[in-house]
Amino acid sequence: MDQFQQVGIRPVAISVDSPEQSRDLSTKAGYTFTILSDPKADAIRRYDLVHAGAGENGRDIARPAEFLLDSGGTVRWVNLTENYWVRARPEQILEASKSLY
Amino acid sequence: MNNQKFNWQIWVGFLFSVLSLFSYPLVFVRFPVTRDFPWANLLLFGIAAVFLFVGLRRAFAPQRRARSRIAGVVLTTLSVLVLGLFIFSTFVAARWLPASKGAPQVGQKAPDFSLTDTNGRVVTLSELFSSPINGKAPKGVLLIFYRGYW
Repeated sequence: MDQFQQVGIRPVAISVDSPEQSRDLSTKAGYTFTILSDPKADAIRRYDLVHAGAGENGRDIARPAEFLLDSGGTVRWVNLTENYWVRARPEQILEASKSLY
Repeated sequence: MNNQKFNWQIWVGFLFSVLSLFSYPLVFVRFPVTRDFPWANLLLFGIAAVFLFVGLRRAFAPQRRARSRIAGVVLTTLSVLVLGLFIFSTFVAARWLPASKGAPQVGQKAPDFSLTDTNGRVVTLSELFSSPINGKAPKGVLLIFYRGYW
């Protein structure tokens, strides 16, 4: 995550976790990037990323996805994984972000 | 060779299969090389299969007691079930994801949102573009949606 900040890209993580849960995670793992809480899945729904009933007690959660936005807010690169174990590799994102600077 | 001795091969084979199942979510997902395709785990299952094969042959050797044969069959069956569970969870269930056809695509404007950060402050997408990092306006924002820990 630090490598993104070094090149001027702000990483922001979003999930349905409460701010307290995210703060615990952040403190334990020593994260410095922004973590946002979307408990009602409002933003997650707006991005069509709701994985209905996949959370604890059938709660709606986000499916994993990554979006790289330029400073104008336009999507420049997207990764919608087909397997939830498999996420984007940092080097893929850094490669894609070269077009932004 | 003393055929009545402890059939350790069958147990090692079984342990390798269990190790392979749990090592994927606990260890190998951390490294993209072993995560994107679980070859390391399939290799561990391969090692398990070799031990189970040797152990099973030993269990069914003449002079072995019935108990040894039963243990051999039970542990081999369990190992096959563990392999099945692994294949199911990594190749089948992990792909049960929504298609997200309406997700923003390349070239489209990302929808705005306002969400709470870990300090309880409400943050909008536009603020994420304007507040500086390393003293400069950010060149871009990387949104990472994840399942969370609930």
